[in-house]
Amino acid sequence: MILQKSGDILLDVRGLSVEFASPRGAVRVIDKLSFDLRAGETLCIAGESGSGKSVTALSLMGLLPKPGGRITEGSAHFLGRDLLTQGEREMSRLRGNEISMIFQEPMTSLNPVLRVGTQLTEGLVRHLGLSQSEARARALQALDAVRISEPQRRLTQYPHELSGGMRQRVMIAMAMAARPKILIADEPTTALDVTIQAQILELMATLQRETGTAIIMITHDMGVVAEIADRVVVMKKGEAVERGTTAEIFAHQHHPYTRALLAAVPTFSQGAAAPMAPDLTAAKPLIDVTDLTVRFDVKGGFLQRVQQRVHAVEKINFKVMPSETLALVGESGCGKSTTGRALMHLVPSVGEIRIEGEAALGQSWGRKSTAELKAIRRRVQMIFQDPLASLDPRMSVGDLVIEPLIIHNIGTPQQRREKAAELFRRVGLTPEQLSRFPHEFSGGQRQRICIARALALNPKVIVADECVSALDVSIQAQILALMQELQDELGLAYLFISHDMAVVERISHRVAVMSMGQIVETGPTRAVLGNPQHPYTQKLLAAVPIPDPARRHAEDWQRNRQRIEGEVPSPFQSVDFTPSYVTYRDLGGGHLVAA
Amino acid sequence: MILGAILKRKPALLGLVIIVLFVAMAILAPWLAPYDPTVTPDITLLHPLAPDTQFWFGTDLLGRDFLSRLIYGARATLIIGVLANGIAVAIGALIGVTAGYLRGQVGSLLMRFTDLMMAFPALLLAILLAAMFNPSIWIVVMVIAMVSWVQIARVVYAETISLAEREYVTAVRAAGASTLRILFRHILPHLVPTLIVWGTLGIATTSLFEATLSFLGIGVQPPTPSWGNMVNENQTYFESAPWLVFLPGAAIGLLALSFNLIGDALRDILDPTLRGRH
Repeated sequence: MILQKSGDILLDVRGLSVEFASPRGAVRVIDKLSFDLRAGETLCIAGESGSGKSVTALSLMGLLPKPGGRITEGSAHFLGRDLLTQGEREMSRLRGNEISMIFQEPMTSLNPVLRVGTQLTEGLVRHLGLSQSEARARALQALDAVRISEPQRRLTQYPHELSGGMRQRVMIAMAMAARPKILIADEPTTALDVTIQAQILELMATLQRETGTAIIMITHDMGVVAEIADRVVVMKKGEAVERGTTAEIFAHQHHPYTRALLAAVPTFSQGAAAPMAPDLTAAKPLIDVTDLTVRFDVKGGFLQRVQQRVHAVEKINFKVMPSETLALVGESGCGKSTTGRALMHLVPSVGEIRIEGEAALGQSWGRKSTAELKAIRRRVQMIFQDPLASLDPRMSVGDLVIEPLIIHNIGTPQQRREKAAELFRRVGLTPEQLSRFPHEFSGGQRQRICIARALALNPKVIVADECVSALDVSIQAQILALMQELQDELGLAYLFISHDMAVVERISHRVAVMSMGQIVETGPTRAVLGNPQHPYTQKLLAAVPIPDPARRHAEDWQRNRQRIEGEVPSPFQSVDFTPSYVTYRDLGGGHLVAA
Repeated sequence: MILGAILKRKPALLGLVIIVLFVAMAILAPWLAPYDPTVTPDITLLHPLAPDTQFWFGTDLLGRDFLSRLIYGARATLIIGVLANGIAVAIGALIGVTAGYLRGQVGSLLMRFTDLMMAFPALLLAILLAAMFNPSIWIVVMVIAMVSWVQIARVVYAETISLAEREYVTAVRAAGASTLRILFRHILPHLVPTLIVWGTLGIATTSLFEATLSFLGIGVQPPTPSWGNMVNENQTYFESAPWLVFLPGAAIGLLALSFNLIGDALRDILDPTLRGRH
């Protein structure tokens, strides 16, 4: 085996072209892509969806979907061999041995019915010919290396017993156990919470220092690029439009696309860029929530008895004013989405929800009549994270947009069609597109359709649940701009549910930080993000990836990073659990912090 | 519009032509059949007659013209195949969708009932029902529908559960849609491909089940012919007179295949995401 010195070229990709078969003939998804990877470095392949960055990884691993994908030309030399011409048998020896890969979704990449230990040792026994006990020792070592708590116990657990962050650690342990020369990571942190993302990125950097493995990181997030990459290749529609060291790329961009990509990244500026919060006493609140509580029973066992309880939301209070955006932020399981759903009466809740000051429409969801529910839904509408999933694929978008009008029996068919056309123009689409189906639109256009549908009933409030997090950054900016325009024009209020601090800063007047089903800090966005007081808010803000590679070495950043540890707290509790409620300290100007 | 789309697809067109021919055969049987299919000639045969110029497809053991029996047999087979299957798919879909969307106690109750039906021997149930009512083709249809909806309900139930969790269902709920609207506008249309597959596959199994019932004396009553009972009656002569089994068997196969071809085409035509790809 040739020992690679740091800086030697390890992988040399030249003129890689990949085509995919489609009903309209072959489509070229990668066009003459060339790059090299040096030993011990981290190369980021950055780009938006459809840029071909994931296909590049799959081509190198010999994992292109068959039939369909085909490498038409090019070479990829790794240790003197061309990866693109190796047979399946040879590739399968290389994979997981010399080159490993980790994927975006650690839950679906792990086999749910096998213990973690079995999955970890499988590859070692197969690829390195270790005995079971040797493999087990090596697996334990690998888990130790990824800083997982109680590695011994993890070996006997099943994937579903681990948290998302732990699963990704297991995936990394699995990928690194055979001590590969190259680790290809395809969006490894996209499905994770920000604090966990920060931990995983940190871990990958540490492992690289320890083992010298070269990393190819595929990502859409320029913040991640700034944090981890040594060099960057920017891809657009299958072509590399720009390449260079991270510092160069962030300092001067040669290609307009790179410039646009970086410009579209919402930059986080500690609350300074946030819109001013309105005066809470000036008008009557549109939504006034008092002591909202949502709990779910987890039943199981032979008699379907309640075994655990999810304390999703615990006695929270908030108001939303007209023309105001209140952001609910927090990590997965903190109860922010459940709060939005409770507001829409999609989950049973306890507590009081007043809409436009009108007396609470019943106490519990179960007791509301259909007419009452309809009255609520006429005033509060919702848009979702995945616009494709939230549009019925079998209906034309025109039918989808007028469906709320049909449900609420508003207007004649002629008037409904006119309304749909007007809504489409309003959200930046053309009425001619009304007869098309959801799959014929792009992601951003689909979210516009969802917004048009939400507007059909002229609601006062829109609950936006992570409504831009599945979109490319450039599209994200357009949708946020549209939402702000609509707010100014129609006086809409938004309950903006998001985990992305930079987006929250841009759009929201006020923010409420949730953890374990309770609001731990709330106030004007400028105050909360500029002067975070609660340790959880501080941790959350420290984890936000900043698209500025220079900051990587700044001292305060390093110090902040130390705070980010531990798991995202789980809302699952035993049946006899009684929650303790937070009390608030008033910092003035509406800024409240849990004491 | 759907008919036009079917006509444009060659396999589906073939299926349609075959079905139309079979239906015409059933309706026009009295004019088409050269002999009365039920009349036994006054002679004693020791074995079936081979096809010749007088009896194109030969005769069965009792000397009845096999071609005439095949033509008349289309009647019972079509009625049972289409009707029994249609009813089974309708019941299965309704129970499966309701149980899958409502879940909870209603859902459990419906599914336990389905499991009970599944565990109950189908033949025993058929014999029971047939014993309670006078045998007629309608009873056969009912019996077959009663025992075949169960699998469909199971499949539809499982699929509904996953459909109900899709985000677009939440989205229409958030828009204020009623349960009925969600079930019929947003869930059932997505089950159409599954139902088509089950409906068309069922044609063949139904015909054979009918044959089993006939064999037990509770199916289509002799001397009325059906393709299923023709296969059954004549299977003992499989070696000496293979056409007696082969011809009705092929007719059943052809019928099932035709429905399958149309079903496949319908599935594609009704799916907007596949539109414009042909």
